[in-house]
Amino acid sequence: MSSASSPVYDFPGGIYPPENKSKSLRGPIRTTALPPQLWVAVTQPGFAMPLLCVQAGEHVDKGQLLARGSDSAGLLVHAPAAGLISSITEHAIPNASNLPELCVVIDTDAADSNWHKLLPLDWRDAAPDLLVERIAAAGICGLGGGGFPTHQKLHAALQQVDTVILNAAECEPFITADEALLREHAADVVTGCLILLQITGANQCLIGIEDNKPAAIAALRQHCTDGRLRVVIIPARYPSGAERQLIQTLTGKEIPSGSLPVHSGILCHNAGTARAIARAVVYGEQLLSRITTLTGAALLEPGNVEVLIGTPVDFLLQQAGVDQQQLSRLFCGGPLMGIELPHAQLPVTKTTNCIIATTQRELPRPPPMQACIRCGLCADVCPVQLLPQQLYWFARSSELEKAEAYHLHDCIECGACAYVCPSHIPLVQYYRSAKADIRDAHARQQRADHAKQRFEVHQQRVALEHAQESRRRTERAALAQPALPAAGNNTSAQDVVAAALARIQAKKAAQASAPTVGKDEPA
Amino acid sequence: MTPDLLLTATLVLLALALVCGSVIAIASMRRPTGNIPLVDRINHLLPQTQCGQCGHPGCKPYAVSIAAGGAINKCPPGGKTTIAALAGLLGVDTLPLDASHGVEGIRKVAYIREPECIGCTKCIQACPVDAILGSAKHMHTVIMSECTGCDLCVAPCPVDCIDMIPAQTPLQRWHWWQPHNQVLIATDRLPRVRV
Repeated sequence: MSSASSPVYDFPGGIYPPENKSKSLRGPIRTTALPPQLWVAVTQPGFAMPLLCVQAGEHVDKGQLLARGSDSAGLLVHAPAAGLISSITEHAIPNASNLPELCVVIDTDAADSNWHKLLPLDWRDAAPDLLVERIAAAGICGLGGGGFPTHQKLHAALQQVDTVILNAAECEPFITADEALLREHAADVVTGCLILLQITGANQCLIGIEDNKPAAIAALRQHCTDGRLRVVIIPARYPSGAERQLIQTLTGKEIPSGSLPVHSGILCHNAGTARAIARAVVYGEQLLSRITTLTGAALLEPGNVEVLIGTPVDFLLQQAGVDQQQLSRLFCGGPLMGIELPHAQLPVTKTTNCIIATTQRELPRPPPMQACIRCGLCADVCPVQLLPQQLYWFARSSELEKAEAYHLHDCIECGACAYVCPSHIPLVQYYRSAKADIRDAHARQQRADHAKQRFEVHQQRVALEHAQESRRRTERAALAQPALPAAGNNTSAQDVVAAALARIQAKKAAQASAPTVGKDEPA
Repeated sequence: MTPDLLLTATLVLLALALVCGSVIAIASMRRPTGNIPLVDRINHLLPQTQCGQCGHPGCKPYAVSIAAGGAINKCPPGGKTTIAALAGLLGVDTLPLDASHGVEGIRKVAYIREPECIGCTKCIQACPVDAILGSAKHMHTVIMSECTGCDLCVAPCPVDCIDMIPAQTPLQRWHWWQPHNQVLIATDRLPRVRV
């Protein structure tokens, strides 16, 4: 409960970018009007194609299941509002590739019908399995940005962890969704933490929050009455909210490379996820909306909004009063780890925590990249203590083995190195591309090994078939052979030759007589 | 120096040499790659499409020819990556791909236009990895996940119903590309915005 007693550890590197957070924290969380159309993405990155539970032309109620994963690992998707499914089609959603994904398009009803909620649960008496099942049924995934299905993460953590960490650090500039959430819904977040403790059987929950959020800290402290919860205030520094860095800050433990926090007995969840868990268990609400920050100098009314999943970004921007003349670029997520959106005709997904509509002046386009001057600033700020400069050379020259040996896969893509780079090299993009190339190379090797195995088995089979065929042939030949020797077993070789000669003689004689007959005939 | 001391020194050095030598001998015996023949190590780096574009009847024979000192740049499906890996293994310089054996392209898989298939089984016999399913006088089809894109089934088909199509890259397989290296001069900078 007290924060003074809990120690705070340090992690290496980090940067102090301008926060730009106050603009979106002026008012309370707003609720947006019901958009005329919702585009609900049903595919889940990294998972197999989901199974659709509805078809085009069907009317759905609020909270009705739209799609489920093809196995229990997948994420459930519910209708955020009642309406008619006008189509199920591929639609662009906010992702780095700009490739379209399968979306259910709902024309919403003007009058919102009632919400088909699940039955409320008394979580204090509920078994962990039942609670995890409920979280799966509510379609909850990590709302911090990862989007990994929460029930999957919890399955792995059952009886494995002793510490639950609630990530309320929110270190990236511009984003204030978690801070606004904690100011107004701290009770729900705390309930979510207690449910997580109940599920995992952990004995403590550390709530990590940066010291630049006093109002949120006060609200949290007010509701943290359970002795197992501790609010830990950490110094504001980017990227303190990255999972591994937050764990290091709160516990002093460094999660080993290639291992997950669960293996070290730690489970980390985002504040928004904790609230969604509380709403799902206590009120039976599916995850149909989330809190998203709308900010940027091109918006007249920046702020945090409770927005239905699938709401088009342009609808949100209009609600927040966008100045189309000033708008230069759109970001989804923060300016450091987020992605630039090509246009605003994209829906909000479960992981959209922030939309930034910037002007040319607020976030100017990075100047053209120049040569690396080997200043080493990137190595100073890397929170994982990698050697960004070396990795850059290796990525650039496609020396993938060396990049792997220099632990490229431990890079969390926080962008601190690119932020400090005086030559404006888009380092993270180099790392992302090299990581993907390494993954591709592994996949290629696997494919080659598989093909080799199949080829060898194929060759064995062909050789076996050949052997069988030749054996059958010899057997057939052996069966046909006895007819000749049967004439006389003790006929000597000389007799055979004599017989053959006699046959030839007879044939010649026949040929000699034939031409004379032939000559006569035509006449 | 007394002869006694000399003898001791010699014995000590001999003992040292023996210990060090045996350590090195044991280490070299335990080396993981020590026992794998060179041909197999080369073969492991080849893409195993068994396409024969290198002029050898399969990847293993090509590996044998490389081990005997043959050129390492005759494998179009492997392309640059394979040449670099082979050069690294053999300690030789990388070479550009020998264009007489083909050009490096995107990964392709065979696709049978099923309505046109007459069920002759000729492609099944040609497939080196048993990736074609079907039987005599019945339609055949390619198991896409097993196809190596070797092209060997296309020529035997009497009705020309096999296409080589690019292997699908689903969204999950999309990935970032390297930033374009911009060649620029100082005046190419973006105009500064005045507001």
